[in-house]
Amino acid sequence: MSTVTHQSILPERSGLARRFSDFLWRHPHVLLLILLGPPLLWLGIIYLGSLLALLLQSFFSIDDFSGLINYEFTLDTYKQLLIPANFDIILRTVIMAALVTLASAIIAFPIAYYAARYARGKWKAVFYLGVMLPLWSSYLVKIYAWKLILAKEGIVTWALAKLHLLWLLDAWLSLPVVGGNSLSISYTGTFIVFIYVWMPFMILPIQASLERVPGNLIEASADLGGNPAQTFRHVLFPLALPGIVAGSIFTFSLTLGDYIIPQVIGSSRLFIGQAVYAQQGTAGNIPLAAAFSVVPIVIMGLYLWMAKRMGAFDAL
Amino acid sequence: MTAVLFQKVSRHFGSVRAVDEADLSIAEGEFFAMLGPSGSGKTTCLRLMAGFEQPTSGHIEIFGETAEGVPPYRRNVNTVFQDYALFPHLSILDNVAYGLMVKGVGREERRKAAEDALAMVKLPGYGVRKPGQLSGGQRQRVALARALVNRPKVLLLDEPLGALDLKLREQMQEELKTLQKSLGITFVFVTHDQGEALSMADRIAVFNDGKIQQLGTPEDVYNRPQTRFVADFVGSSNVLSAATLSKLGISAGAASLRPEAIQISTSWAEMLTLSGTVTACSFLGAVNRITVDCDGQRIVVSAPAAMPVPDQGANIALAFSRNDLHVMEQA
Repeated sequence: MSTVTHQSILPERSGLARRFSDFLWRHPHVLLLILLGPPLLWLGIIYLGSLLALLLQSFFSIDDFSGLINYEFTLDTYKQLLIPANFDIILRTVIMAALVTLASAIIAFPIAYYAARYARGKWKAVFYLGVMLPLWSSYLVKIYAWKLILAKEGIVTWALAKLHLLWLLDAWLSLPVVGGNSLSISYTGTFIVFIYVWMPFMILPIQASLERVPGNLIEASADLGGNPAQTFRHVLFPLALPGIVAGSIFTFSLTLGDYIIPQVIGSSRLFIGQAVYAQQGTAGNIPLAAAFSVVPIVIMGLYLWMAKRMGAFDAL
Repeated sequence: MTAVLFQKVSRHFGSVRAVDEADLSIAEGEFFAMLGPSGSGKTTCLRLMAGFEQPTSGHIEIFGETAEGVPPYRRNVNTVFQDYALFPHLSILDNVAYGLMVKGVGREERRKAAEDALAMVKLPGYGVRKPGQLSGGQRQRVALARALVNRPKVLLLDEPLGALDLKLREQMQEELKTLQKSLGITFVFVTHDQGEALSMADRIAVFNDGKIQQLGTPEDVYNRPQTRFVADFVGSSNVLSAATLSKLGISAGAASLRPEAIQISTSWAEMLTLSGTVTACSFLGAVNRITVDCDGQRIVVSAPAAMPVPDQGANIALAFSRNDLHVMEQA
């Protein structure tokens, strides 16, 4: 038989689920609460709570003789960050993070631009696959792979030797600071691996922001007499800036906090992450470890504040 | 002087011939319309003039200079885009001043020029706003000001009125026409609206399937369509077949006959007549609007365009049926 009815209001169907969905339809806020409650509790208690505990720890100090934590409010631990040995670590990490971010943005932009403007159909899929594929394999595997690639006996040295360009590598490695015995134990190596590992996090936000720039804005700029460099500077870059900032938040904060890459690839000088690891582990100096952990948080806060002041989020 | 010259210009996208051996020549100071259905190649022609597309073959000249291979930013040609393409992150003033800014005009000078341009399109004082805060009609005017502030040799308009509502569209049509006459800049106007093309343009190129079907004045295109497509697209003419024509004693393959040129004779009785002097006459495409003065009584007549147009000052007779005269309760 036909199920067409001539009633204007359909009769209620029975059942608990029916009554529950009617209730939610009348009280959409309850539905929102059910959906958002668990993640908010998780964020609020587990995440923010431990962050607060961390912050609290950094205001304690350690008794140098007994090695016990002195639970009294003090800024002494923060003062310790300023002694040259510790401050060098902070400076080294921040400079590395800034350079990695800058280089990632420069390398990522053309790739993202191609993907957003030119790649269609199959090539778009190839792009996403190419960008995401490295994320599918283990982070540690990738880093040890790079260790082999960059090692003195690795493929880079071999390839350069075959091309008779070994002198170039040697010249670079003999430079102060960035050089070293081989790429795998130099800052250059650390830098290269950081860029490789964080690249997807820079490409994807830039690509998303470029995707939203209508093509006719580029044409309009050219039409009004803007050459490609001017179009980039006045139209493309400002409109892509939110994406670049989003990507740089990833690369910058991930580099600030990472402690595995500089440990596996690089000179033995510490980065913030390694310092935290060492202080809370072998040294047992939890307050100093906490104070070190606060540094990236403060730097990121400053960075976001500056980005906001520069208008990076205006186009959001 | 010829503003834009196309010689056998083709633009193919793969196997699609978007523009196929188009020949046209646009005179300086002319209001030129390119009319056709979507996908007929008119917008591609406009983009070839702007430099966004390069011809597959053929030759393009802008004011006598070869345009092939010249990038858009080296052409003194500006475009009003269909959806305006205003820069969302810049203020209205900076949008309008953009062309001057990239050419290195000083800050104060370009601010003044931009404000003048905004005043010209009747948006004075809107400079501090952002494009998102403006209505569609206002954005359209900003796009116009942004193009005109550069004093282009040719202004290209890509269906600029398409997104506006009817009332605003009619108002903008008049304003564009006035602006074009006062500035003397060559306008090339793309539209799919035949009424718009007929009322605004000095000459019209009718496009179909990448080819120019006919190029002529609005009267030419409307009254003397050369192809079946033009007859049908511009004002839905009747196309009489050879068989029908032979009944009329005419031997030809096909002929067009405008619907309004036909009178139906059912009741010729009770015709009333008045006589008067023609004071004004304007061509509106399907009809001529003739204003007649009958001893102080002003009467507007919508006469089929196919009928001969009386000269101004001519004495003519007006006839109408008694049935069309509706007596009103209040005088």
